[in-house]
Amino acid sequence: MANSGGSIVPGTGLGPSPHLLAARAANLLFTLTLTFVGLTAITFIIGRVMPADPVLSIVGDRASKEVYEAMYIELGLDKPLIQQYLIYLMNVLQGDFGKSIMTTRPVLDDIIRFFPATFELASVATIAGILIGVPMGVVAAVHQGRLIDHIVRVVGLIGYSVPIFWLGLVSLLIFYGWLGWLPGPGRIEVYYDGIVDPTTGFILIDSAMQKEWEIFRNALSHIVLPASMLTTFALAYIARMTRSFMLDQLNQEYVITARVKGLSELAVIWRHAFRNVLIQLITIIGLTYASLLEGSVLTETVFAWPGIGQYITNSLFNADMNAVIGGTVVVGICFVGINMISDALYRIVDPRAR
Amino acid sequence: MSSGTTATPNSSRRLKAWLLSDSPESVFHARCQRFYLGWRAFSTNPIAMIGLLIIVSLVLTAAFAPLLTQGNGTEQHLSDRLLAPSGDHWLGTDELGRDIYERIVWGARITLYIVGLVGILVVPIGLVIGTVAGYVGGWVDNVLMRFTDIFLAFPRLILALAFVSALGPGIENAVLAIALTTWSPYARLARAETITIRNSEYIMAARLQGASGLRILYGHIAPLCISSVIIRLTLDMAGIILTAAGLGFLGLGAQPPLPEWGAMISTGRQYLLDQWWVATIPGIAIFVVSLGFNLLGDGLRDVLDPKSGSAG
Repeated sequence: MANSGGSIVPGTGLGPSPHLLAARAANLLFTLTLTFVGLTAITFIIGRVMPADPVLSIVGDRASKEVYEAMYIELGLDKPLIQQYLIYLMNVLQGDFGKSIMTTRPVLDDIIRFFPATFELASVATIAGILIGVPMGVVAAVHQGRLIDHIVRVVGLIGYSVPIFWLGLVSLLIFYGWLGWLPGPGRIEVYYDGIVDPTTGFILIDSAMQKEWEIFRNALSHIVLPASMLTTFALAYIARMTRSFMLDQLNQEYVITARVKGLSELAVIWRHAFRNVLIQLITIIGLTYASLLEGSVLTETVFAWPGIGQYITNSLFNADMNAVIGGTVVVGICFVGINMISDALYRIVDPRAR
Repeated sequence: MSSGTTATPNSSRRLKAWLLSDSPESVFHARCQRFYLGWRAFSTNPIAMIGLLIIVSLVLTAAFAPLLTQGNGTEQHLSDRLLAPSGDHWLGTDELGRDIYERIVWGARITLYIVGLVGILVVPIGLVIGTVAGYVGGWVDNVLMRFTDIFLAFPRLILALAFVSALGPGIENAVLAIALTTWSPYARLARAETITIRNSEYIMAARLQGASGLRILYGHIAPLCISSVIIRLTLDMAGIILTAAGLGFLGLGAQPPLPEWGAMISTGRQYLLDQWWVATIPGIAIFVVSLGFNLLGDGLRDVLDPKSGSAG
């Protein structure tokens, strides 16, 4: 990391020149465009080129020759590959991913309908991961090499090593099957379905806003298990990175100065060292959030969570390529977007990175 | 190389003295010493030793699977369906009466096969792209690294899912999809290493002697990149195993009747509440093995890369 220096150095007062800012914005835009072109090119290859015969997968092998030819031309397969790609790119830019064979609706509509559930799950898990992981990492760094540090390290390694879908099944078995403390799969009980108006699409927020506390409690009890699975991963990553950032800071001279001044240990840790860690954590939290959005695929399958991951896997088994590709592109864009935003945020917050 | 092997003494004391002497007599001698010192540091790290133990037992289980079991994990005994763990069937039986212990043991082979194949695919791709980009520089570097960055920016599991869905399910296609989504960090790593090595004096010397660019790349630079690539691979192994198991769980990896652990969890899922052992036991195997790789990778990094040791 480029910012291994001490405390935040005050800016020169002038700030970066407009010229430099413009150059940086142009560079960012270029990277973003390139990534987008790459993403669509790869999904185009996956969707149109790799399947043995895209026409056959739509019309079926009993179709007559005329139907086959008509579909061949309708799909634009008689055109050169590069032209096919450009048409595909134009469609994607207009939000047109074609129709889903499974739901017979435009793929984008489906995605908009399924996305909030995934978003809600990933948000709850990220927040929980921060609330538990950050203090864990700080405590481990402060007690470096002692028992608590080893415990945090092992907990982190366990979080990295456990297959999330298996952990989900085991927790369902214990808390739903054996103990009966928590409800089974799904986002909400069927008889509560559709009562709250989807203003935000987050059931937790919608039901709280409409003061439907019974529904809120039900939704909360449903989200506990799947969110805990994702939290396991988030927690491991955040705690590990916090510990390593915190160790970096605690070895800096300004920490010694603060101690020499006679500040309490709490003040040294939280007000001085931790503040600098906080900035570095932005990138890490962005990365966690993005990887949870995609990592929810398996969790959603286990818990029958009606999100984008389940949508993609269900489409996959119905050979619904439009939906698979559309979902992949949208998740990919979110993934890249969140990483870019956290990177930009980091540059804004940390004067040294400007 | 040859003079060192003849010097191996019988007594362990002399061996130790030979390993610790200040003036190595041959390249082989020096290599042995480096290995011995590394091993001494490694073996005092209990976490890494546990990891090594797990991986060694995985390899041994896979190698001696025919000795450890009576069948090959695919024989069906429909009269013995879904039996709970007992003396006859240590870990119970599944929905087709197959012994779960046998399937776990034979599944070790599949896990090693996947991990090994991904490693064999990913390391050369990463090394070639990374070293060429770092050594040649200029627009070649720019193009190759932009290309790498595109792959680096993608969500891995989803991309692997899309790849497998286009290629069709199967163990080889799962390996290919995982390789296609994991090679990019290796290229970045190899490039960074190459750039630090590129301008060193012995590369200049090799160039003065008239060595071609290709020879410098593969005779002098690539071998030096390998150690950091291997550490990274060990740390990634757990992720590769988890992705493969995830693909298996979704029915996109190894196909029945192969005893792949992820696929075993998937079939056991419908019996979860009544016959819990069918789904849960293969998961323990996945967990233990990926934990083993993580512990080993962590320890290796401490030994081979002291900079990031305690801070990582």
